[in-house]
Amino acid sequence: MHIVVDLNRCQGYAQCAFLAPGVFTMHGEESLLYTPVVPEEQRERVRRAVAACPVQAILVGEEAGTGAR
Amino acid sequence: MLGEPRADRIVIVGASLAGLRAAETLRAEGFTGSLTLIGDETHPPYDRPPLSKQVLLGKVAADRTGLPQRRRLDADWRLGVRAGGLDPVGKRVLLDDGADVPFDRLLIATGTRARPWPHPDEAALDGVFTLRTSGDAAALAARLDAGPRRVLVIGAGFTGSEIASACRERGLEVTVAERGPAPLVGALGGTLGELAAKLQRAHGVDLRCGVTVTALEGDGRLTGAQFSDGTRIDADIAVIALGAVRNTEWLAESGLAAGPRGVTCDAGCRAFDMYGIVTDDIFAAGDVARFPHPLFEYQLLSLEHWGNAVAQAEVAAHNMVSPGPRRRPHLTVPAFWSSQFGLNIKSVGVPTFSDQVVIAQGSLKDARLVAVYGYRGRVTAAVSVNQARSLDYYRHLIETAAPFPPAPGAADQRESPVPVPSDVPDPKLLSHGPTVALTGHLPDRRLTVVQPAR
Amino acid sequence: MAADTLFQRITDYANRADPYPLYAELRENGVARQDDGSYLVGTYHEIAALLHDPRISSDRRQRTVPDGAAGTDEGVPPSFIGLDDPEHHRLRGMAMRSFGPPHTPDRIDGMHEDITRIVRDLLAGLADKERIDVVDDFAYPLPVTVICRLLGVPAEDEPRFREWSDAIVAGFDPTPDEDPAERQRAGTEARKTMALYLGDLAERRRGHPSGDMLSAFVNDAGPEGQLTPLETMATGVLLLIAGHETTVNLITNGMLTLLRHPDALARLRREPELMPLAVEELLRFEPPVQMLPQRTPLADIEVAGRTIPKGSPLILMLAAGNRDPQRFADADRFDPAREDNQHLGFGSGVHSCFGAPLARLETQIALHELIRHLDTPRLIEDPPEYRRSPVLRGPRHLLIGRG
Repeated sequence: MHIVVDLNRCQGYAQCAFLAPGVFTMHGEESLLYTPVVPEEQRERVRRAVAACPVQAILVGEEAGTGAR
Repeated sequence: MLGEPRADRIVIVGASLAGLRAAETLRAEGFTGSLTLIGDETHPPYDRPPLSKQVLLGKVAADRTGLPQRRRLDADWRLGVRAGGLDPVGKRVLLDDGADVPFDRLLIATGTRARPWPHPDEAALDGVFTLRTSGDAAALAARLDAGPRRVLVIGAGFTGSEIASACRERGLEVTVAERGPAPLVGALGGTLGELAAKLQRAHGVDLRCGVTVTALEGDGRLTGAQFSDGTRIDADIAVIALGAVRNTEWLAESGLAAGPRGVTCDAGCRAFDMYGIVTDDIFAAGDVARFPHPLFEYQLLSLEHWGNAVAQAEVAAHNMVSPGPRRRPHLTVPAFWSSQFGLNIKSVGVPTFSDQVVIAQGSLKDARLVAVYGYRGRVTAAVSVNQARSLDYYRHLIETAAPFPPAPGAADQRESPVPVPSDVPDPKLLSHGPTVALTGHLPDRRLTVVQPAR
Repeated sequence: MAADTLFQRITDYANRADPYPLYAELRENGVARQDDGSYLVGTYHEIAALLHDPRISSDRRQRTVPDGAAGTDEGVPPSFIGLDDPEHHRLRGMAMRSFGPPHTPDRIDGMHEDITRIVRDLLAGLADKERIDVVDDFAYPLPVTVICRLLGVPAEDEPRFREWSDAIVAGFDPTPDEDPAERQRAGTEARKTMALYLGDLAERRRGHPSGDMLSAFVNDAGPEGQLTPLETMATGVLLLIAGHETTVNLITNGMLTLLRHPDALARLRREPELMPLAVEELLRFEPPVQMLPQRTPLADIEVAGRTIPKGSPLILMLAAGNRDPQRFADADRFDPAREDNQHLGFGSGVHSCFGAPLARLETQIALHELIRHLDTPRLIEDPPEYRRSPVLRGPRHLLIGRG
């Protein structure tokens, strides 16, 4: 499971940082830092965070290009 | 249209954010033909913004920023091989490994690379870095881990400033050298440039503006640097943050309007040839594209923005598989963000397309504010510092060409409501390349001018 | 009927069970001016724009004719919900220090097990009951227990603050009936009493922190300093009320909605991982806070082609915006797996709900456990009896039978 956050959309509501603090952290009051590769044990929390994002800025999916040769 | 647009051969040169999102959009729109992505890096597509933030802070490993995909792609990925040329008549991309790849339609999404230090012998010193790729970030992060005595950052644009911020957060001594009057001034103008300078100094950065680095010293290994004002410092790391160079050299013989400012295309992302005639089967998107925008008097914009790469790739892909009347223009309002020294800086519109600026909300003293930019009496941009939730309002003002200065009444307007000159300097005077470049109206590559690096 | 009576009809208790046809009528009108000079907005895009418009004040004292609920006269200052930036931002930030990121990022996540245990204990107590009142037996005690622990309020004081809370909620009920002034007076009085109660609790923790938020308010200081005793009281009242008057409705509305949509209920049993999305859909479909009644423009503003004069009462009908077909496909359909669900259930902009992550987590856990616990629940009364408030809307009781 990989994630990327559209930080143009992000307005710092921090719902992800509340619900999955092991993956999303607020750096200062409004900047979001996150771990793009989600550890197995954090998946459920990340799903909660994705659903809760008020601006629907978190994209979650399998890593792109893994079929590359 | 030629053939069956949903079932022939599409080649995307550039396998980063724009290339990936374009490929996904092609499939989402029902393209069933063969899809090839060509990228010179060996990694699958990864996200670059974390490289100067999470990665340099040591929170995320440089090779762990891979992008998620929106859907399965069924694509032929050719990674680790550079495209060296384009034969527009034979409709083939020529690869550096000698192979060629035929296409019916082509998307150029080759992006940019870091502008190198102009003296190759100095650039080759151990301890001199640029920051663009995950490999760059891995090497730099490892060196920061080793605890250098001083890091020199050359160029105080967004990347340079973020690097300086990460270093300070790690407790490292940092000198920032900028030829212009202030950090970020090339993108945000004088008022916020001044704020950025104060911020850097408050965080312990040895900020030197109005100077250039005249020499990087060392014998095999970097030991220090000399400045144009006659001073020198000891430093064991130097990061060259002089902006980006567009990857268009491979198109030099293609006949396309491709040059240092990018590949010129129309609002539908179709590339122009060198005579200003639009092509019908070659498209461009992302950092490498240069395109007209109606909100900014149809000047051609070159944007090095994450959001533009995504939005433009989606439009280009849609247009590649849609008949003429169904095609869409790329009209997204430019937007970007930066995170540095604990602040979240976000921008909508084009701040450099301005003559005046006003602090419409908040205060400079608290470093929490919205600056609104105007050009000839209309709102053209807004930049928030730790106040992102206000930006949607200003985006609407930009989209509707609302009068500048914006209507009064904000509950938290605390600075003077009288606009001041926006003081956007000529990019030639800066070390950092602007991440938004207004490049005039003409698509012809012969009219672009290469700026010296310093 | 005329649009200028819409607010009267929406707040009329007779329409509490189903205000949605009135909301549709409001959306048809775009902006509806009421007889008393107030303005209602019920379309999604307009509400969203106004929630981000810096010229819209949350401070009732900005109204041309200030109303009795402004709370200016009784010593306890307005809490941050009724203030504008920069003051709002300062106070909210100080309250946030002990609640969430960046300073206390693990607080809510760390309550997961605790909430689950409280929920299971409540359900264990219901094992023998044939008939359950979802409100009294479950949806009310859960958030009360949680907010008490979080703030550091003794749960055994619940009967006292429940009474104050009822009066406070009634005090800001904007229903234009015979005697709103009396309701407001009683609400102000109750707020003062609750403030003194919480202030006393907080003072007793000065120097003796016990890990809760009241302790943090009087013991921890950030760069902005510390909340003053009056600010501590105002903030405490806000959090205690918000923490237990809203989540109860979200949980109850949620169970009611699931019982009315057996397919959705069955699907959530099969696919429990959908619960976070389902709760977002509940926040859209039956939001516990139906409207924001206390906004005021600080300048003449144009909304959907109409000018709303500076100082007019402006009422944003969140629940109407949430059902706007211009924004949501099939807006009147409850879809527990809805994608693209940028609802207004928690508001938006600088005043977006402070406790949202806690409400989300409580409701997700509560509904998950409740539907697992009840094999074949059925509604005994539909529609159920509703609470009085048109703002914090939800059933007073929700009786369900099992088997």
